Amino acid sequence: MLADTQLQEEIVYTRPQALAETVTHYCPGCTHGVAHKLVAEVIDELGLRERTIGVAPVGCAVFAYNYFNVDFAEAAHGRAPAMATGIKRVLPERIVFTYQGDGDLASIGLSEITHCAARGENITVIFINNAIYGMTGGQMAPTTLPGQKTTSSPCGRDVETMGMPLRMAEMLAGMPGAAYVVRRSLHNVKEINRARKAIRTAFQVQQAGLGFALVELLSSCPTNWGLPPLEALKWIEAHMLPYYPLGDYKVAEGVEKL
Amino acid sequence: MAKQLLKGNEAIAEAAVRAGVQAYFGYPITPQTELLEYMARRMPELGRAFLQAESEVAAINMVYGAACTGRRVMTSSSSPGVSLMMEGLSYIAGSEVPCVLVDVMRGGPGLGNIAPAQGDYYQIVKGGGHGDFRMIVLAPATVQEAIDLTGLAFDLADRYRMVAVVLLDGNVGQLMEPAELPPMRSVLNGGSNGPAPEWALVGAQGRPKRVVSSIYIVPEDEEKFNQRLQAKYAQIAAAEVRYHEYQTEDAELIVVGFGTAGRVAQTAVKQARELGIKAGLHRPITLFPFPEKRLAELADRARGLLVVEMNAGQMLDDVRLAVNGKVPVKFYGRMGGVAPLPDEILEQIKRIAAEFGHTPRHSPVSCLPLDGQPG
Repeated sequence: MLADTQLQEEIVYTRPQALAETVTHYCPGCTHGVAHKLVAEVIDELGLRERTIGVAPVGCAVFAYNYFNVDFAEAAHGRAPAMATGIKRVLPERIVFTYQGDGDLASIGLSEITHCAARGENITVIFINNAIYGMTGGQMAPTTLPGQKTTSSPCGRDVETMGMPLRMAEMLAGMPGAAYVVRRSLHNVKEINRARKAIRTAFQVQQAGLGFALVELLSSCPTNWGLPPLEALKWIEAHMLPYYPLGDYKVAEGVEKL
Repeated sequence: MAKQLLKGNEAIAEAAVRAGVQAYFGYPITPQTELLEYMARRMPELGRAFLQAESEVAAINMVYGAACTGRRVMTSSSSPGVSLMMEGLSYIAGSEVPCVLVDVMRGGPGLGNIAPAQGDYYQIVKGGGHGDFRMIVLAPATVQEAIDLTGLAFDLADRYRMVAVVLLDGNVGQLMEPAELPPMRSVLNGGSNGPAPEWALVGAQGRPKRVVSSIYIVPEDEEKFNQRLQAKYAQIAAAEVRYHEYQTEDAELIVVGFGTAGRVAQTAVKQARELGIKAGLHRPITLFPFPEKRLAELADRARGLLVVEMNAGQMLDDVRLAVNGKVPVKFYGRMGGVAPLPDEILEQIKRIAAEFGHTPRHSPVSCLPLDGQPG
């Protein structure tokens, strides 16, 4: 009997407590969901759910607060690091994280993220780099690759007039207060597992009070790239990895011991 | 407590400390910098948060974040810096979290200068940010009033879960005069370190998560939220009007001015009385809510009003709306960081009083914009 068979099944995976049971608004194949799940699993593992406060960005992850079972604030475009600073300064014992896309963090919020890192603000930043503005429908981001077509660079990003894409992990690793700055990718299982480990470290860095921690995650945007989900994952590997090498850009003293 | 000789900006800072402010975020800009400097020393002394932000944009968003925790929090700036904060102020209004902003106004537009002015009336009272939001606006004319209104600003911000602004010009911020500070409030009394309010983000311990957001993605929901905001503003308009008056009982000419302009005008009114002119002063202390009912009453009894401001005539709009054409409303303004002298205002009072002398009370008299430029 089918029912008997089901009873014998062993539960090997459950939804993390920190992840809410709700319908997703993300497009099919988008890796935001993967990133959300990794963050939620880490929050559960470290037992932080009841003392974590998240700050959502403006962009596709604007509704991040719908998916996490933790207290959440919704910031203005690019200002999440400033908001997180305000929260952390009055509640230093709480765990504060921002979740930001590339338009939010690398363009309009460049000043806020840079100074937050420079101050060594003791927060965790999850940075989604998908080389495009998703929410507004696929415009050029500061992370859009040379020659990449977007709705605001219809002939491809011309680096003569629009400059080269920003490598945020490399840049922020140079900030004096940065304790842990790494780049990972979500394009296959192996890399997702590595990303998960890095996110865990980034929260542990905050727990240990070591300073600013950021995990950049190369992510896919099948809808605005105009690719089927699997092709989009391959596009990360073929096009993003060469320009955005994965690696640890800043691992301050004390982080290794965590 | 005894009176001490206090500088406006520093007195406001200490008043905020005594009202239980737990975090200050700011950015240097003249003529409010002493406030930031005072906090840089004082807040760490008390184990409270102080941070000099990288910009006014960051400062107001740090305030926004800290305000989400339910703790008392503030920032201060001056006109161009406040322009930069407008985005954050709109978000704070849209999220209904409380905070206090001190705006020490200077000459503008643009970089302008660092002299006292009142050109921020529109951006503060009418809301320079996007959307239909209001902020409670308190306008002191003396150091003592600046102290008292700072404490009140925190209480009103908490009571109504909104931004309360102490709006002063560089003159009140910079001048020194004897004033008395209130005693240090216990943090519980200040509403700051007690149990967090039921909306505050402090971690979802043993309860469902909370979200502080200004998003209502469904237009009908956003409209409902707006209606709720408007109802709150109407409640404030009914309950929180404050003003100061001098010799208005039998006044035929009501001089209206806020902050420094109102204070200078009071001297002119006193001089006019000595000359036998029945002048009186109405000085709004709350600019939102605006004392429109009181001005309408005064207009019923007076032959005319004279609005005096250190701008091109911004509060003038609200006075005219309140008076609603019942009597002439004239205006005298100095701009660009120039404050009016009592003699200049007295000249205006004398000229208008003479006009009234041979003008029937209800005949239409055109309002003279910016008449009586000094010269």
